[in-house]
Amino acid sequence: MSRFIDLTLNGVSNGAIYAAVAIAFVLIWRATRIVNFAQGGLLMVTTFIAFSVEQATGSYWLAFFVALASGLVLGGVVERVLMRRVEGGPPLNAVIATIGLLILLQAAAGMIWGGTPRSFPPAFSIRGYHVGGHTLFFSPFDLFTVIAVLGMAVLLALLFRATDIGLRLRASAFAPEVARLQGVRVGRMLTFGWALAAMTGSLAGLLIAPAVFVGPNNFDPVTVFGFTAAVLGGLDSPVGAVVGGLLLGLSLSYVAGYAGSSLVTLAALAILIAVLMVRPSGLFTSTRARRI
Amino acid sequence: MNEAQTRQPMRARRSREPSEPPSGPRPRARRLRLPEQTLARHLLLALVFGVLLFLLSISLGAFDNLRMASAAYFFTALAGLTVLTGLNGQISLGHGALMAVGAYSTALLVSRAGWPLFPTMVAATVITALAGVLVGAAASRLRGPYLAGATLALAVGLPGLADRYPGAFGGENGIDVAPPTPPSSLGATFPLERWEAWIACTGALVVYVLLANLMRGRVGRTFRAIRDDEVAAQLAGLNVARVQILAFVISAACAGLAGASLVVVTQIAAPGAFPLELSLSLLTGIVLGGLGSLAGAVWGALALVFLPQWSTDVAQSFSLSNDVQANLPLALYGLVLIGVVVAAPQGIQGALRGIARLAWPRGRREPSTHQEEGDDAN
Repeated sequence: MSRFIDLTLNGVSNGAIYAAVAIAFVLIWRATRIVNFAQGGLLMVTTFIAFSVEQATGSYWLAFFVALASGLVLGGVVERVLMRRVEGGPPLNAVIATIGLLILLQAAAGMIWGGTPRSFPPAFSIRGYHVGGHTLFFSPFDLFTVIAVLGMAVLLALLFRATDIGLRLRASAFAPEVARLQGVRVGRMLTFGWALAAMTGSLAGLLIAPAVFVGPNNFDPVTVFGFTAAVLGGLDSPVGAVVGGLLLGLSLSYVAGYAGSSLVTLAALAILIAVLMVRPSGLFTSTRARRI
Repeated sequence: MNEAQTRQPMRARRSREPSEPPSGPRPRARRLRLPEQTLARHLLLALVFGVLLFLLSISLGAFDNLRMASAAYFFTALAGLTVLTGLNGQISLGHGALMAVGAYSTALLVSRAGWPLFPTMVAATVITALAGVLVGAAASRLRGPYLAGATLALAVGLPGLADRYPGAFGGENGIDVAPPTPPSSLGATFPLERWEAWIACTGALVVYVLLANLMRGRVGRTFRAIRDDEVAAQLAGLNVARVQILAFVISAACAGLAGASLVVVTQIAAPGAFPLELSLSLLTGIVLGGLGSLAGAVWGALALVFLPQWSTDVAQSFSLSNDVQANLPLALYGLVLIGVVVAAPQGIQGALRGIARLAWPRGRREPSTHQEEGDDAN
């Protein structure tokens, strides 16, 4: 039973990170109908920036907020400089552009910081809580992870639902033409959407970095699982991203704990196929009539 | 694939007979000749390519022959993927996994069951096509990013089987395969690399002929119809799911043959040969070359073989620090990908067509006009 609790807690903290990456995918999909394969590269670069700031100043929190800010900037720059040129073209070309960007970012990180993964400190202790003589698989840092991701999700929800700029963001995503007629600067909103997404991704990078280390390719698995979570929940639904992330985190934690870690990727495949066969557009997408 | 291929002209003929105008054997004769012309043209082209490849192969050294073989198996996989994605509109990020199915089938049949190579390659193609039925059945329910996600999970998940069952699949180290032996009639000193190139190129040519015919015929037309408008295709009486599964099966068969050729060249089937990067580079290959055309698949295959080589050469021509030197090829690859999709959205083939149109404004049209229509519709 204690093992089950451990695996559950571990699954929740992993799932929170998958959820953060999934939210980043969902934000960009909603805004521009592009699956951003460069997501993993963006959050890798921002985590490397955090690593450098931490090394130079010794302050974790400075590094933390510099990483979030650099995510915001990087996301905006990528949309403005690169994606703007391929938006509206053949959809597959945008995908290839993000793959090219991913490769470029990984190469650039390898040039600047080298190929050997570096260790990155956690914000809080990673020693598990003691409860009744038993050490849980859940540390203060895991708690921080869950709170940070949920906090980010709530802030994003507030931004989208309760503010003027959120309304503009939603308007430009749902009906760009109409929004433009109403005076919304749709181009700026797209840039801002990408910036928000990259910032959410950079939070995920900071949270997973102590476990996987910082290296050019070390964030690939979390990116793949984040995308899987986004597809699971439905790419149009931020709520779906959170639920999909937690669902995937929990399932993979149980699989790894009870059946062996070599089955994790196969289990992700099986879960995804099982869900998509029942709900072909993810768990939380409302069924829409197909447009003719 | 073979069955659909051979059946297709017959069916087309049969279905046309009732609508034949009563007076006039001439239009009928002309209509009937068309598929045969297509077949003849593609066979002739394949023959020309075959002769060129043969001449190239005997004039090149061992290393270049291996590169030829790599380009040939990349073409085999890309041709299948471009039919699926370019012609039928289904994205697949999991073709690396399907290549792995073909490769492991080949390795198991040759090394464990002692099959001779050529029946094995056919069997590997069939086995992968059967796997394609499964994947295609699932894929036919999914669209766009959901299909991308599911096939991505396939590409990441399937190699995990090798780790899970090391007894059957050899774990991380994979399964070794003895190199193919050139027939003794070619002489005792016939280089192994040349023989491997011949095998891979033969596979590629067979795939070329079959797919070129398929794309020109009824099946290709239904593929395009469903890509362009599913609802309209359904109203016209097409069974959308069945056609989509067929496209996946054909594409998977090509990937399986490509995997078999890969094993012939590398003499090992190991999970490390089929990372996610392979699936992604297949997708980049068809877009770089030009989506939906076999010529584009040729350019894509050449790009996948020579781009890494070229960028490594460029990187080595500068004296740079180790980290920069090691990562420069990757950076150049990324830059080329971005540059091509920004500067030439229709890929290399599209750019070449544009140049040809500039050079001969009202001159001869290429035989593959239907591909132009397809690209425009994208």
